[in-house]
Amino acid sequence: MYLTKEEELILAGEYGYALQKAMEILVALGDIYGADRLIPIKSAQVAGVSYKNIGDAGIEFLRDFVDAGARVSVYTTLNPAGIGDDEFMEKQAEVLNLYREMGIEATSTCTPYYGANLPKFGDHIAWSESSAVVFANSIIGARTNREGGPSSLAAAIVGKTPNYGLHLEENRKATLIVDVQAKVRTFVDYAALGYHLGRTLGNDVPYFRGINPEKTEFLKEMGAAMAASGSIALYHVEGETPEYREAVVDKLETITVEDDDIKAVREQFSDDWTGIDMILVGCPHASLPEVKEIAELLTMRGRPLKIPLFITASRAVKALADSLGYTEVIERYNGRIIADSCFVVSPIKGWYNGIATNSGKSAFYFRSFGFNVRLDDAENLVKEAP
Amino acid sequence: MKLKGRKIVGGKAEGELIVSQKPLSFLGGVDPETGVITDAESDIRGERIAEKILAFPRGKGSTVGSYIIYALKKNGKAPKAIIVGEAETIVATGAIIAGIPMVDGIDISKLKSGVRVRVDADKGEVEVDE
Repeated sequence: MYLTKEEELILAGEYGYALQKAMEILVALGDIYGADRLIPIKSAQVAGVSYKNIGDAGIEFLRDFVDAGARVSVYTTLNPAGIGDDEFMEKQAEVLNLYREMGIEATSTCTPYYGANLPKFGDHIAWSESSAVVFANSIIGARTNREGGPSSLAAAIVGKTPNYGLHLEENRKATLIVDVQAKVRTFVDYAALGYHLGRTLGNDVPYFRGINPEKTEFLKEMGAAMAASGSIALYHVEGETPEYREAVVDKLETITVEDDDIKAVREQFSDDWTGIDMILVGCPHASLPEVKEIAELLTMRGRPLKIPLFITASRAVKALADSLGYTEVIERYNGRIIADSCFVVSPIKGWYNGIATNSGKSAFYFRSFGFNVRLDDAENLVKEAP
Repeated sequence: MKLKGRKIVGGKAEGELIVSQKPLSFLGGVDPETGVITDAESDIRGERIAEKILAFPRGKGSTVGSYIIYALKKNGKAPKAIIVGEAETIVATGAIIAGIPMVDGIDISKLKSGVRVRVDADKGEVEVDE
């Protein structure tokens, strides 16, 4: 990989240990994946925040890195934190402080695009958080590989990323056509479609025909489920997403999705209400319209829920919900909006045993953690819940 | 036997070889306190990797695995060098931040645990005693 004189000096340690290590990571990744050079990035989104995931090993690394003078050089936002007992929260606060010391905005959301960090079409960025990666690539048309926590942090510090993978035009073309014969209408239909395809496809760039999502949130949900049950980082939707016109260049294999495929996913997550002790909405973090919908559904229901309903959202969306009065309505019915956090990365096993959710991504993870899971649209969940 | 691969992280090391023929997840697969393989699907489960030369086809699992490699180093339980068939983000990043010599492009199926091996990562070379 070609390096400029300045980049060579960073690699040689002339600018200190932290920059040197960050540059070593980028150069190694560039060499592994055949990048020709480093390219500047507009922003970074860093995962590896929950203490449940990174543990003491992660804290130790971050502390050493901060002590060595690590500072980000581009605008960088942060993934959600975990929620746990007092000891956990103490460690969690330490992680957040270390990231703050590096100059990272502790936004703590998986939907930075609903607030602090909205890239534009064609921007090169280095994001981790698989649901945000697939959103940025597919819906916005920004360009990022599916980074891990440490590699996005290295890119944030240097302000560059190796030029390979989805940064290159030729790798953004569709690799197969998904002909959706199934009727896909609701939020959870899209979640189920994504979940099904994540399991079926490999490292593909699917091109969808036959879907007309009513809301952007439906695509957000589909992508998140696809990125959780599989490793999709970019998709195109005919007539919908920004790069679809140039996406199909070769004759491609076509796979079809039938009603039965969607039904099979819904049936896989249809545990009875008796085993459910919480409702979770907002995975990925809810948009303001999603929060508003829950407030309206609860008002229509007219009586408080017997089990708690949690909406996870960015602090930006929660602040709007607070000032617009939705939070108050939601709390009246035993609901709560939780900012900055994610249940998927929280040690909540033992606190709860079963979740009802409209999120395909949450359904995937909570089932793998051994929870009872009921996957259905928010409208049905709020109507049917005890 | 001399095998030629590619440098991922420079440095030299010599020691006893421990080989996993299966991809390895460091998060949940290696105990950072003891350096013992805990991955239920691993063919070297229960083995110690500390102070040995660790070879496996490639990394898998969470990117947090990089931090586990760092913790192994801090705890004195890290391998002296890492040899992989195919480098990927998790293990390469871990080896860099931990400063562990690493080589890729080696046919792991040719390697067996227990023999002595010398790694010259700067040259991308692995020399195995017959």
